[in-house]
This record gives sequence, C-alpha cells and structure tokens, in this order.
Amino acid sequence: MPGRIQSLERGAALLSLLGAADELSLAELADSLDLPRPTVHGLLATLVHVGFVHQDAATRRYSLGSAVTTLGAAALDPHDLRSHATSWCDSLAARTRAEVLVGMSDGDAVAVVHHVFRPDGSPQRLRVGERLPLHATGLGKALLAAVPGAHRAGLGLDRFTSRTISSATALAAVLDDVRRRGWATGVGEHRAEVGDVAAPIRGAGGLVVGSVACTGPVDRLFAADGRPRVDVAAAVSATALAIGRAVVAPR
Amino acid sequence: MSRRPGARTVVAAIDQGTTSTRCLLFDHDGQMVSLTQREHRQHFPRPGWAEHDPLEIWRIVQRIVPAAVRDAGLEPGDVAAIGIANQRETTVVWDRATGRPVAPAITWQDTRTEDAVAQLAAAGHAEEIRRRTGLPLASYFAGPRLAWILDHTPGLRARARAGEVLAGTMETWLIWNLTGGPDGGRHLTDVTNASRTMLMDLRTHAWDPAMLRLLDVPEEMLPRIVANTGPFGTCAEVLPGVTVAGAIGDQQAALVGQTCFAPGEVKCTYGTGAFLLATTGERVVESSHGLIPTVGYHLAGQSAVYALEGSIAVTGSLVQWLRDGLGMIPTAPQIETLARTVEDNGGCYIVPAFSGLYAPHWRTDARGVIVGLTSYVGRGHLARAVLEATAWQTRDVVEAMVADSGIALTGLKVDGGMTANHLLMQFVADVLDVPVERPLVSETVSLGAAYVAGLAVGYWADLEGLRRNWHRAARWEPTMPAERRAREAEHWADAVQRALGWDTR
Repeated sequence: MPGRIQSLERGAALLSLLGAADELSLAELADSLDLPRPTVHGLLATLVHVGFVHQDAATRRYSLGSAVTTLGAAALDPHDLRSHATSWCDSLAARTRAEVLVGMSDGDAVAVVHHVFRPDGSPQRLRVGERLPLHATGLGKALLAAVPGAHRAGLGLDRFTSRTISSATALAAVLDDVRRRGWATGVGEHRAEVGDVAAPIRGAGGLVVGSVACTGPVDRLFAADGRPRVDVAAAVSATALAIGRAVVAPR
Repeated sequence: MSRRPGARTVVAAIDQGTTSTRCLLFDHDGQMVSLTQREHRQHFPRPGWAEHDPLEIWRIVQRIVPAAVRDAGLEPGDVAAIGIANQRETTVVWDRATGRPVAPAITWQDTRTEDAVAQLAAAGHAEEIRRRTGLPLASYFAGPRLAWILDHTPGLRARARAGEVLAGTMETWLIWNLTGGPDGGRHLTDVTNASRTMLMDLRTHAWDPAMLRLLDVPEEMLPRIVANTGPFGTCAEVLPGVTVAGAIGDQQAALVGQTCFAPGEVKCTYGTGAFLLATTGERVVESSHGLIPTVGYHLAGQSAVYALEGSIAVTGSLVQWLRDGLGMIPTAPQIETLARTVEDNGGCYIVPAFSGLYAPHWRTDARGVIVGLTSYVGRGHLARAVLEATAWQTRDVVEAMVADSGIALTGLKVDGGMTANHLLMQFVADVLDVPVERPLVSETVSLGAAYVAGLAVGYWADLEGLRRNWHRAARWEPTMPAERRAREAEHWADAVQRALGWDTR
C-alpha cells in the first residue's frame, strides 16, 4: 500500500473543521489541529487558490469556498441528466418491459429525476420528484456505495419492511458487494413485493453523478433464487454506462 | 440471438433532416436496433438565405446507411425495405445526365421568395392558390423556390422543357440517386411532399396545370406523384437489391410514427419549431383559421388520409436564444432548473415572433415582444415565459383546429427533444386541459418512415398491428384551475396583439 500524504490529510482536516463551523480564524484552525500557524497558513492559501476555502477580506476569517458545494453530483444539473438519459432509459424500458427510474443524491435520500412508465398500457403516474430511502432501494444503494464510509455514519436506517437493512455493519457489507459487482438491488426493502435493479451513472473522472434502475414487482425482476434476472442486470449496467458517456461527452 | 442471413429482419429508415441525416433500423416491435447519423453543412450566403449541398447529403446517405446495417451485425439482405422521411419544402434541381445539382438546395428556412410571393398576393392569386393546393400563400413552400431557381439560372427553363434537368424535394433527390441516378434512376415524389409544393391539386394528387402556369414551371422537370408506399424502385447502390418502399414528409412521418390513424388523433412534435398535425380522415378539411390542410398519409390501394397542420416557427429555438443570445442558461435543459426557481411568470409574457408568426396568424409583420415587465420580473420569470410561449402557441393552433374540424381534442401525443422538459409538458396539459402523452419510441419521424415502407412490403400487416407497438412512456394530467387558465389565455392573446404589425417596412 502506498504511503499516505500528510499535507492532503491536513487539508482534509481543515475542510472538515470549516464544514462544521460558519467561520474560523487562522489561530482557531491551527490550535484545533495542534499545528504551527505558518504551516496551516500555507495549507489554507492553497485551498483558497483552488476555491475550496474562502477568506473574508475584512475579517480575515476562513469558511468553505463555493467550489466545495459544486463538487460531485451537485455539479450536474438534474435536467441535463434527464436530457442525456431519456433515449437510453426508453430503450431500457422497452427491452426489460419494466419501469425505469433515474435518481440523484438529495441529502439523506435519492430524488427521482426521470421516470419511464412500464410499457404495458396500464395506468401509471409520473414519479419525478419522489424521494426514496438510500439504504432500502437499489437506486439509493448504487449511490451510497460510492460515498466514503465516514460520510455514511449519520445516515438514519429507518425500517420499512422486515427485509430493510437496518444495521450499519450489514449495510457496509452489502455496499462492498455493490462496488464489486457494479450493480445494486433492493428486494422488498422499502415496500414489500417491490424491488429494483440499479447501477451507478459515472460522470467525469468516474465520479458517481446518479443512478438508474429498473423497478417493479420482485417476481418480475428477480429469479426464484433471489438473484436479479441476468438480462435485467446486464441491461441496467449497459444503460448506466451509456448515460455516463453521454454526460461526459461534449454537447 | 440466432438469425438467418437474408432473413429480412429489419426495416431501414433514412431521416434526411435540416441539420443531419440519420439512418435507423427497426425490428417487428418497432424497436430501434441501430442508429447512425451525420451532420451536413448549413450555408447562409445572404441574410434570409439558407442552402444545403445536395451532393454532400447524398454522400452522407451512401456512408451512413451501410454503416447502420454493419453496426447491427446485419447484411443488406437482412433489410426488408427502406423508408425515407425528409425535411419538407427544400428544393433541388439537377442535371439528368450527370446527376450534378444546377444550384444549391434552397431549404424550407430560406425566405428569398418573399418578394415573389408578395407579388402573387398583390395580383390577387391567394384565394385561387388556397382553393387548388390548400396552402396559404407564404414563402414557406417549395414551388416558388423552384421558380426562383428557374428565374435565376439562364437557359434553365428551356433545358427543363427538353427534359435535361430534373426537380424535386429531398426524398425525390435521394430516391433518384438510390435507384441508379443517371443510369435509370426513378424520378418520383410521394403525395405528402408534393402537397407542400404549392403545385399539386390537393384533391386529385396530380400536378395542377394552372399552378404550373402561374409559377411558369415546366411539368417535364417534375417527378411523378405516387402514394407513400410507392413503389419507388430498387437500390442500385448503398444497399443493392433492397426495395425503396416508403417516402413521406417528416411531420407526416411523425403522425404515422405516433399511430394517429383515426380522425381526431393529434400529435405535436416539439423541436426548433413545433408541428401539430391532426388526422381528419378521407376528406380535406378546409381551414378558415390559418391551418394547412395537407395529405397525412396515403397507402397504395386505399384512400388517402388527410390532416390539418399547424406550424409554429419558434419553440425550441426560443430556448436556444435564451442560452446563446442572452447567455442566461448554460445548456437548454437547464431552462427547467431556472424556471423552477419561481412559482409563475411574474406577469411576463414573451411572443417569439422572430420572423413573423406562423399558424394560426400567418403574419409576416409580427416581431417578438416581451410584455408585462416590472422590476419584480427576474430571470426565473423570463424562463417561465419562454416555456409558456410554446404551450400558448400550441393552444392557439389547437383552438384553430377545433374550430375548423369540429373535432374536440381529448389528448395530445407529443414527441421531440422538448418533451424531456416536464415543466413545459405539464404546462401544455394545463393550458390545453387534456392529458399529454409521450411515446416510448421518441424517434417518431424515422419510425413513421419505417412503418410506411414496412407496410408496403408486408413486413407489417396493417395499421392495427402498428398501434400495438405504441407504448406510453409518460403522461401529464391537467391540473390548472379553469379560471386561471382563462385569465392567462386572455393575457397571452393580448400579448400576441402587441406583436402584430411591428415590422411595417
């Protein structure tokens, strides 16, 4: 394993401190980390340079910079994602005969930003704007698997059905599986008998910007042994890849 | 998936559009199995002129059609038929012996024939033209473009009478080249494209001698008019041996792709502009409200089915203007993000009459206006007003359609890029007070071209079979209270009045 880089660790610690407070002075930050002020000043100057930290011109105090808030998924507009995703999701719904959802991380939930009806003529309602639990749906787990463990610590693991994963340890193990396989499932964990098969959508640099899922009755998407139908998992993964390529490609 | 070579498992659609040409392959379920596309150059040699190079477009077809078949792991023998959908009203004249165009193609966006059209109006021909061809006298149609090329190319009329040069819209150009070009290429057009020339009798589907005289167009240079299902001939190249079995104008293709076969079924395609077509059945419904009666589709051996068309010049291009002209949004889809930062339009209305208003007004003297500005109005309100303009223009056309045909609208099938904008689709449902539905296959133009070709060769048995391929991908229900709809409709109508007559040159 390569050695860890001390200045990056110190920079991360500074960002954590600023994230937990409104504003801090150089002295407060240096004392908190038990580091010499010139060292901390150099680190802060670099962070200000890349936009992760802001220094108030009058008070000289530090706060989180605007570049931090646009990191990751927040940098992608949900309507841009929908526009990139539409034709791929249409063909996913046509191939699997299942309902298709696209989600983006929204605080402690996954927000549905795009929805394609199950193509069977039955009456259905648009679900765009719905918020689904991260830990109890494939759509959410596909996002959660890319979130560092420390950031998952505060996640409430509400129990919706007898199958909901409600221990952090069990969830961590499931997310390890998700990372290894590249796709996630929810099997009656939010609503009994309803399941989904999902994959993360990766934007520039491999950053997860959203997720896409086929959702529907558990017995339609999953085989008798509880594993997702092979064709569904493959189609969802291929769709996530295609959307990711569309997101990265210049328009 | 196992397959036999030459099993005729797919139908190929060529969509020759304004900015690009695409080739899509469809299977029996109407699902797309392959797509290739390539953009061509836009030439704007003078203000108001818009031209394409027909040879460039033909070379693109030669490249992308075999590529689509290859990409799907198929061979030419797997293609049951080729159908063509095309940008309408774009006009080409070429040399029969060499296959070389005598001039660039004049596109449907080109306004150089405005003066000639104004002269026809001044001479009192508008009513006769409308009676014979169904078309309002406007620079939008192909016939005056053909006359312009004849007027501006020395000796061309004589060569046309001698049969040395041929004319046509884009489907005619492609069919002639596909079926052999100078070596026996078939010179044919379909009835939907011909109905947009201002040269065809809308009821007999033949070139109208009075119109040919009026525009001084020699009949010898015109293609023969046939049904959308041809027959058009067999490919000599590109996919040798495959039948060219369908040709249809792009908006009529979308009508077929949306399976609007019965009277009263309506589709609206939202792109740069928007085109609403309502099927009216086997008789021509004349419009006294600024709509265009046109041939919807004609399957050989059956009666032609007519449609009423409402063309809206500026819809998606208004969003592009907000992005490129004003720099208010970085990408077109983000207009929804900006519009959702506010609850309503703040009293602001935008009438995007950038080059006059099309249906139902047909006023070339209208120009764009933004009304209702107060210091309260911000970027979000402007974004709302931009989206709402598309919905209100749709409503104007729908009201004209209801008034002309007596058909009450019960739902609207939509397609095109702007259907990804949910705020807009909800607003369309709200101002029309009917459900709005988007189909699972968004490529309705290509699908319609494939459908007519597939019907011609028996790949699909009948229209009912095609209906089973239509699946709902999304549906928006109206939720706006009636009194708010009535109040805002009044504001919109008021705003339109303020746009009329601005350009009084």
